[in-house]
Amino acid sequence: MIVNPFVVFFAAIFTNNMIFSNFLGMCSFIAVSSDIKTSIGLGQAVTFVLAITAPINYLLYHYVLVPFGLEYLRYIVFIVSIAAFVQLVEMIVERSFPALYQSLGIFLPLITVNCAILGVSLFMTIRNYNLITSTLYGLGSGLGWMLAIVALAGIKKRMKMSAVPEGLQGPGITLIITGIMALAFIGFSGIVQIS
Amino acid sequence: MEKILTTLLIFSLFTGFLAFLLTLAKKTIGNYGIMKVTINEETEIEMEGGDTLLSGLTEEKIFIPSACGGKGSCGYCKVTVESGGGEILPTEFGYVTPEERELGVRLSCQLKVKEPIAISIPEELFNVKEFHPTVTAITDLTPNIKHLIFTFPQGEEISFKAGQYVQLRAPKYPGNHEEVFRAYSIASSPTEHNKLELIIGLVPDGICSTYVHKHLSVGDEVAMTGPYGDFYYQESTREILMVAAGTGMAPILSILHQLKAMNSERRAIFYFGARHEEDLFFLERMKEFESDLISFEFIPSLSKPHRETDWKGQLGRVTTCLQRDLMDPCEREAYLCGSPRMIDSIVEVLIEKGIPEEFIYYDKFS
Repeated sequence: MIVNPFVVFFAAIFTNNMIFSNFLGMCSFIAVSSDIKTSIGLGQAVTFVLAITAPINYLLYHYVLVPFGLEYLRYIVFIVSIAAFVQLVEMIVERSFPALYQSLGIFLPLITVNCAILGVSLFMTIRNYNLITSTLYGLGSGLGWMLAIVALAGIKKRMKMSAVPEGLQGPGITLIITGIMALAFIGFSGIVQIS
Repeated sequence: MEKILTTLLIFSLFTGFLAFLLTLAKKTIGNYGIMKVTINEETEIEMEGGDTLLSGLTEEKIFIPSACGGKGSCGYCKVTVESGGGEILPTEFGYVTPEERELGVRLSCQLKVKEPIAISIPEELFNVKEFHPTVTAITDLTPNIKHLIFTFPQGEEISFKAGQYVQLRAPKYPGNHEEVFRAYSIASSPTEHNKLELIIGLVPDGICSTYVHKHLSVGDEVAMTGPYGDFYYQESTREILMVAAGTGMAPILSILHQLKAMNSERRAIFYFGARHEEDLFFLERMKEFESDLISFEFIPSLSKPHRETDWKGQLGRVTTCLQRDLMDPCEREAYLCGSPRMIDSIVEVLIEKGIPEEFIYYDKFS
């Protein structure tokens, strides 16, 4: 089955959002969503890393692991390559784009361990995407993740003044909100759909 | 078998390649060369570019106060950057006030030196050294406060001003996985250079105070840097007013030692606040100071004395005593040591009693 790369791109943002349909990348989603500005920074960093690691891992998988019959190694290989390339990207950004490093700086190393990043690499191999589709899928997932965390930060800001029952304060109410947001995102599911 | 070997080979090649790539990147992209740091317009040091300013200064034996060891979580290692250093980082926002930001204040542990940079630090920091004294005595002053005496090894000598503090290092110990530095005021006389006394209270879950109270014993070697601080005895003819509570007595003791060493005839009063009788300590020492110094008076005050004991001293909080006692107009200067809340309320009273703000010196223990 050949899927249109742009369908995958939009599906990754709205209908198959990493957070709302897969619940991946939750820890930073919950922890760093208290301020809109910071969540935009983290969202940018995640998008950036996803757009870079998706094609790299695609090439690694199809040109190194598959020829040697080592597909089962993909988990560990993907993690290691993500960690290494994030480091590399961080160094390059720090040297060449001080302004970008200024805004992403502290978040870049953090997202090495974001499971949404590994999730994208695994999904694209399971779903047999080609290089272009994988890259757009990575970019779309990143944008979707950013959309979700910025939306949550906005909601949390409005909730600061509301009386949340004591037992639900903090992560408790955040998870409930996330659930309701996920329900709302189901509304998009008629537009595009990927498996 | 073959599969295992291929796996191992491919995986080692892969990780080896990545390691090579990263090392190469560090040598080329991450290499900023040797950078020049100008301190206070006169001293120049050179450091590895790309490293943090704090580590570069520490390498040159210039010790900037830092409690967390460069993790950006204590906010003590502030320096003023005159030129170079780039924009302030988001990791510093929480510790640098907007006014300080205007002046160019940065956290030296977050600032990576990527261009020649000029900074200014207090002149005293050049005198800060690292010491490795041995614990020679530990005594319990109250159930929660210990008095420690440290002796320096041959060749190490400390000189400090009465009222300054040192930073004691808490190493890793069972239950603590990080090395931290904590500030403690020196309680001994500034005339003694090879011995040092500290008064350390147990803070619930405090890393360093737990280390001192539970793990440190006589004969152990510790690491400390110092002296630091702009709270110290000032020479003048004004009447001295000292106020402290708990471990805040430490710098006051040092000041009293100083007065005694100088045979000072300055009038001095020391108000010491505590809750119950068992929170009082060093009463004997204070009696000695009262007889050694010509016009010194020690006034302990209890806010909640036990009913069964017959406490004959002052009652109530220190602020109440000050309100009552400071009636006569007189040229005074004040030395305050205690919690930020206590100091804020005392400063209020003192200003109301006509002591000019510039003559109120304090050290907030937080």
